[in-house]
Amino acid sequence: MEIPFTTLPRRDTGLYNAKLGIWLFLASEVMLFGALFSSYILLRVGAMPGAWPHGILNVPVGTVNTLVLICSSVTVVLGWAALKANDFAKYRKIQLVTIACAGMFVCIKSYEYYDKFTHYEVVMKDGRVIDGHLVAKEGGGGVVDGRRQPPEFIVLHGVEFAAELKAAGMAKVPLIERLEKQSGHHLEHKEFRIPWAETKRVQNYGPWHNTYLAIYFTLTGLHALHVIGGALVIGWIWGPGAAMWKTDPERYTNRVEVSGLFWHFVDLVWIFLFPILYLL
Amino acid sequence: MSLHAPEHKHSEHAHGHGEGDPHHHDPGFWRGYVFSTDHKVIGIQYGVSSLLFLLFGFGLMLAMRWQIAYPGKPIPIIGGFLEAALGPVAAGGVMTPDLYNAFGAMHGTIMVFLGVVPLGFAAFGNYLVPLQIGAPDMAFPRINMASFWSFLLGGVIMLVSFFIPGGAAQGGWTSYSPLATMIPTNGQTWWIIAMVLIITSSLLGSVNFIATVIQLRAPGMTWMRMPFFTWAQFVTAFILLLAFPPLEAAAVMQLADKVLHTSFYLPTGLMAGGNLVDISGGGSPLLWQHLFWFLAHPEVYVLILPAMGIVSEIIANNSRKPVFGYRSLVYSALAVGFISFIVWAHHMYLTGMGTKISTFFQTTTMIISIPSVIILTCLFLSLWGGSIRFNTAMLFSLAFLPMFGIGGLTGLPLGFNFSDIHLHDSYYVIAHFHYVVAPGSIFALFAGVYHWYPKMTGRRMNELLGKLHFGTSFVFMNLLFFPMFVQGIAGMSRRMSDGGASYMVTEATADVIGRLSKAIIDANIGISTAAFLLGLAQVPFIINFFYSIFAGEKVNSDNPWEATTLEWQTPTPPPHGNFATAIKVYRGPYDYSLPGAARDFVPQNEPVRS
Repeated sequence: MEIPFTTLPRRDTGLYNAKLGIWLFLASEVMLFGALFSSYILLRVGAMPGAWPHGILNVPVGTVNTLVLICSSVTVVLGWAALKANDFAKYRKIQLVTIACAGMFVCIKSYEYYDKFTHYEVVMKDGRVIDGHLVAKEGGGGVVDGRRQPPEFIVLHGVEFAAELKAAGMAKVPLIERLEKQSGHHLEHKEFRIPWAETKRVQNYGPWHNTYLAIYFTLTGLHALHVIGGALVIGWIWGPGAAMWKTDPERYTNRVEVSGLFWHFVDLVWIFLFPILYLL
Repeated sequence: MSLHAPEHKHSEHAHGHGEGDPHHHDPGFWRGYVFSTDHKVIGIQYGVSSLLFLLFGFGLMLAMRWQIAYPGKPIPIIGGFLEAALGPVAAGGVMTPDLYNAFGAMHGTIMVFLGVVPLGFAAFGNYLVPLQIGAPDMAFPRINMASFWSFLLGGVIMLVSFFIPGGAAQGGWTSYSPLATMIPTNGQTWWIIAMVLIITSSLLGSVNFIATVIQLRAPGMTWMRMPFFTWAQFVTAFILLLAFPPLEAAAVMQLADKVLHTSFYLPTGLMAGGNLVDISGGGSPLLWQHLFWFLAHPEVYVLILPAMGIVSEIIANNSRKPVFGYRSLVYSALAVGFISFIVWAHHMYLTGMGTKISTFFQTTTMIISIPSVIILTCLFLSLWGGSIRFNTAMLFSLAFLPMFGIGGLTGLPLGFNFSDIHLHDSYYVIAHFHYVVAPGSIFALFAGVYHWYPKMTGRRMNELLGKLHFGTSFVFMNLLFFPMFVQGIAGMSRRMSDGGASYMVTEATADVIGRLSKAIIDANIGISTAAFLLGLAQVPFIINFFYSIFAGEKVNSDNPWEATTLEWQTPTPPPHGNFATAIKVYRGPYDYSLPGAARDFVPQNEPVRS
């Protein structure tokens, strides 16, 4: 006996097996991301008053990325509709846009990650704090006794302020603006050449920097993995897997539909991520 | 196991046959037995590996029981081996507290995630659900295979973690942060990676089960004609599908805490070894507990629902009566499934989460006991007026009822937050959940093995060895777990590697509250003896299991127990594709002793004569 309803829908459920399967899978994905969103809420509500950072992400860049994903969501439907209308060539063209959008999203996200990993906060032994982007690390380096040695100098482009300023209350404005408001004068952006020996703590804005960045990297990282995975599957169906269109077009269209459903879910997650991480 | 080849003897059949032809060509050894996509082979793979994991997890417990009864004395027989394999943590064959913690964490993890759940859900479910609904296979056979291999890889990583520097995870099976994060060895990292694989496996499995039950029921197999076993598996699959992902999220965050030094679960001002830990802080230890128990309480119902399904099939079959209140059973199982998602924080009364939240969870906990009691009552009432056949499977099923009853009822004082304050984290808790899982679930699983063995192999298991296995297991299970209630009520904490000896009453401190009397601590020796004897009681089962494959009494019919459900209406063992001809269902699952029928059972696929 062959497994029934692999391609055609069962009458009482109106679904073929894979479509039910992907909906169930998405239900579990909702619980996965739901748990992380809940964690975000719990961490944010439990944070010390004023300690939750605002405005350290670039909103225009995030907006562009949101538009890129929305665009891909449209094209993934149009591609499936083209197949339903038996227009394979049109599907090929439209779905290429979906894959390109996925690639673009990942590139923009990588740029944002890079920006965070090269953004340093240096606490000096005298209590000053220098916050800025890495220009260069000079001297030092090398490996002694299996441990990587620090550089002699770290060069940052950014601003300098007193430590207590940063710990003081936070408003919903970007860091520099806020600091300027509190210190009452314009903070000058310039290059600092900092001797490593005078630093107490050098840390970039990675997930270890604070719980906001921790949940930011976890949520967006997991989401990016979903984007990459979805793009690989859609790309495989679009490219090497397209031979099935000639042998079993019904089933091929189903595959495009199921991968599209997953893609919509991935986009939907981002629609929630963008406001909670960038705007609120 | 040689008898489960999905291939057919007619290997001269070449390609080109229609897909509907049950005479598939020989898939060869690797595709037939190892990387098989046949649900029956995968079920047996799950079954054998989870039985081995159960035995191993039991062995860990035996070593711990020795340490509890005779603290600081070298472990006999395996002590030398432990020292050779694990090094200084078992110096001189004596179990150090570190090793005790590692064994404790791994005993819980292995028994729950690699033993009972895969046996009850994945093994029995895989083998039986497609057969019981008249399907040729699972809806997604290749995903089914991926599920098993992901599970096995997770299990192997879990086992390998014993041998990494510092040994396996020591934070308990609950892995509470910050403790689990701050232990400076890599055991916890390995535990998390293994858990992620196991979670992936259960996700793939549960999607498959639900899709199979919804899509692949044979014509005429309506929802209310499904055997209760399949209903139980269906509800279990939903619990796994929706409860496991939050633990996956939790595990990812704990992994980040461990590897990337984030602070999801680590609060500001955390001290370790007298020093302030160099972390950003701001995290919440309670977050881990919420996410963990959001899985781990529904998980309890994952442990028990398949067991209830097995027991109801066996009781209906061996009392030659329909189960009492089939619809009540189904609706109760569904209710248990739903409510199991809103009881989790009754594990957290002592965390200081607040009395209002405690009250909410106390209420839901009391509510969930109602459908559980309905199920148990229906199973008891099913016996009334039956002509009962006391074979081994039935004996285990009958023992399940009072044993699960004890386990369930002793859970009520833990569900009330005021009595939980005294009993929390004591041996009472251990006794309670072991009554549910060991003489409860595991007895039902044994019953299932004895009951379906003839279908899987074409041979029966030996009844004499079976009854020996049952009788001894029953006695020693109770001698093992019942005294723990007393120890727990006396205040004995569950996590002490010396079995409470450091809290022993001395002359000077007699009458001091919070100290344990000698009688309570000496009960450890009796309990441990019962544990070792329980281990010996499994020897007849192991012999029986392997001996009967080759020399068991052959069954002379495809339906040796004269059962009604569809899995007995197939050839024995069922071939690839399961049913020789298209199957159609005409009646409910338990048409036993129908008035006016020629025999005392009428299979589901027998047409109703008008």
